[in-house]
Amino acid sequence: MREMWRAALVIARRDFTAVVLSRTFILFLLGPLLPILIGMVFAGFTDKISSTDLRPVVGIAMPANEAVRLERAHGRLTERMGDQALVRMRRVPMTPAPRVQLARADSAVVAILSGTVARPVLTGKAEDLDRLQGDLSLIASAAQAENTLRMVQVQREEVATSNGAQAQGRLQIGRVAQIVMFFLTILLAGMILSNLVEEKTNKIIEILAAAVPIDAIFLGKLMAMLAMSFVGIAFWGGTAFAIFLALGGNGAAVPVPAVGWPVFLALAALYFAMAYTLLGSLFLGIGAQAATVREVQTLNMPVTMGQMMIFFFASYAIDHMGKAPEIAAAIFPFSSPFTMIARAAQDDALWPHLLAIIWQALFVALIIRVGVLLFRRHVMQSGGRWWKQLFSPSTG
Amino acid sequence: MNGDTPGLAPAPAYALEGHGLVKTFGSFRAVDGVDIAVPAGTIYGVLGPNGAGKTTLLRTLLGIIDPDEGHRRLLGAEQPLRMARQVGYLPEERGLYPSMKAYEAIAFMGALRGLPLRQGRVRAREMLEGHGMGAAINKPIRQLSKGMAQTVQLFGTIIHEPRLIVLDEPFSGLDAINQEKLERLIREQAQRGVTVLFSTHVIAHAERLCERVAIVAGGRIRFEGTVDDARAQLRSQVRLRTRAREGAWRAALPGDATQEEGAWHFALPDGGIEPLLRALLDGDAGIESLSIERPGLHDAFVAIAGAAAAQQMRDDAEREALV
Repeated sequence: MREMWRAALVIARRDFTAVVLSRTFILFLLGPLLPILIGMVFAGFTDKISSTDLRPVVGIAMPANEAVRLERAHGRLTERMGDQALVRMRRVPMTPAPRVQLARADSAVVAILSGTVARPVLTGKAEDLDRLQGDLSLIASAAQAENTLRMVQVQREEVATSNGAQAQGRLQIGRVAQIVMFFLTILLAGMILSNLVEEKTNKIIEILAAAVPIDAIFLGKLMAMLAMSFVGIAFWGGTAFAIFLALGGNGAAVPVPAVGWPVFLALAALYFAMAYTLLGSLFLGIGAQAATVREVQTLNMPVTMGQMMIFFFASYAIDHMGKAPEIAAAIFPFSSPFTMIARAAQDDALWPHLLAIIWQALFVALIIRVGVLLFRRHVMQSGGRWWKQLFSPSTG
Repeated sequence: MNGDTPGLAPAPAYALEGHGLVKTFGSFRAVDGVDIAVPAGTIYGVLGPNGAGKTTLLRTLLGIIDPDEGHRRLLGAEQPLRMARQVGYLPEERGLYPSMKAYEAIAFMGALRGLPLRQGRVRAREMLEGHGMGAAINKPIRQLSKGMAQTVQLFGTIIHEPRLIVLDEPFSGLDAINQEKLERLIREQAQRGVTVLFSTHVIAHAERLCERVAIVAGGRIRFEGTVDDARAQLRSQVRLRTRAREGAWRAALPGDATQEEGAWHFALPDGGIEPLLRALLDGDAGIESLSIERPGLHDAFVAIAGAAAAQQMRDDAEREALV
């Protein structure tokens, strides 16, 4: 076993340096930052659009004194409810036929409120009326009671924690952690599919197979790719954190996961490693059967779909903490890391994580072993039925 | 020899042994009941035509593939990979990482066999410089010529100072100068007590280098022994030219004697040349020239492998007829 780890490290070191010291690794590091930057730009842009342009505008076609009452009421309500809470209003010329005005090409309003504050009439498409009726009723009511309506002042009583809010926050952390882990694995684990093709096309596999057990080759390759992934994650994570600080992000406002941030981050790293090696060992086993890069490319689509299914399963399980779907997702090895990181956000018990990590590690070993035996059988054309040798020594 | 191998057992008499080895690919028996024993400290050649099963036999003996039947011992171990640190292997299909520098590639191959990487790098530089390849030390493999890349791989095979070196068709792809260098290297290794086993279909190399050979055809070993034993499979050939065309002396010629361009050719009779000489002199044959040529390994190989191949074809035909 010690010899196998030594050999795995030799292979891991070769693969790691071959990847990290190549020029293309810079592209690998920078690649994921581009969509993030573009996403940030677009997020700011769309945020601006949604906060200004996309709020529906209602035309007020009322006598001036009535319109002023409505505008005052809108202002008072907006003060308390926020800028984005209510529809926007704009005065339009009084018209006996709002329908005709709405049909005009230069009409810039969604609907027209006519009549009086006491008896308003809203003209527009049915779905717009459904959407706007409540807001306008509230504004008109406030305008109607302008002199009698007194806004009640709510007394603020601040507390350090709120279980309901905390649960919501932790659920959000769990979801975000799942999504981040999923994207990282989908981004990184797929690369393992083509990992043995180089050795096969360059005939190096013969040298490796003559010197070390194939288990060590598989293990070494997984270790190298995992280490390379952590380099990438450290770079991307560091960049994201720097941007967060540069934008004046307040870390204290972020809710704390149930197990606390240090343990949560450690578990996140561990579960990412497990998710990566679980999927990676499977991909390595599948990819090892492929003879050419073309065959590997063909495998990419079904593999990605498989990853999506796993993510959906784990994502569904997060809303059912402690119930059958969550337990099933925690037991099923491929969804287990995603489910357990979400659990770490919501539940402070640590022992389930120890069990889960051991369970997942066992499956990594099992999948590697099956992959190795299939590789020996179908590629090296050696060995008998793979299940008969599953637990036999890996050397010889 | 690698000094860091713990608990080295006493060296076995045979570096490699295979008994009843069978390896099939589908319905094709690439190795068909082979018994082989390579004495430690010798240069041993596995000769055979292309497709004879040499590579499969070597791969089976080294543990790269498992036999379907039979068992093997490598440096005394039943599980060949357990002795990997003491073995060097140059496969027939050469393989190196194209982006690796020459000295790194050699050190990497040593590291696979247990040589610390730092030590391997130092040795690799020394080896390359020592063989006039100093300029190639820091060059990526993809920038080397085929012959240089092959030399790099050969150095990678021996950098960890193994007890057993297995070379599969090591001379193929090398020019005459590099072939000579390789022969010298093989001899140097053997002088250090290393067992060298190589396969080839070029008889001349085996004839010059090997103490023992195995001739393989159709997945079976048709002959195993010393080169002299192989030669002894054939009788020496006599070439006789006489002035007289006819005479009583003709009766003394062996029955299988053939005449070609005025000269007689036949195998040296069991009783030696003297009775024939006497008959030639007594019969006034007028000897113009008489030579006795000892058969080479090539003659023995053609005789053994050729006959075996013919037999193989007959066996296959019989098997097919039965099916």
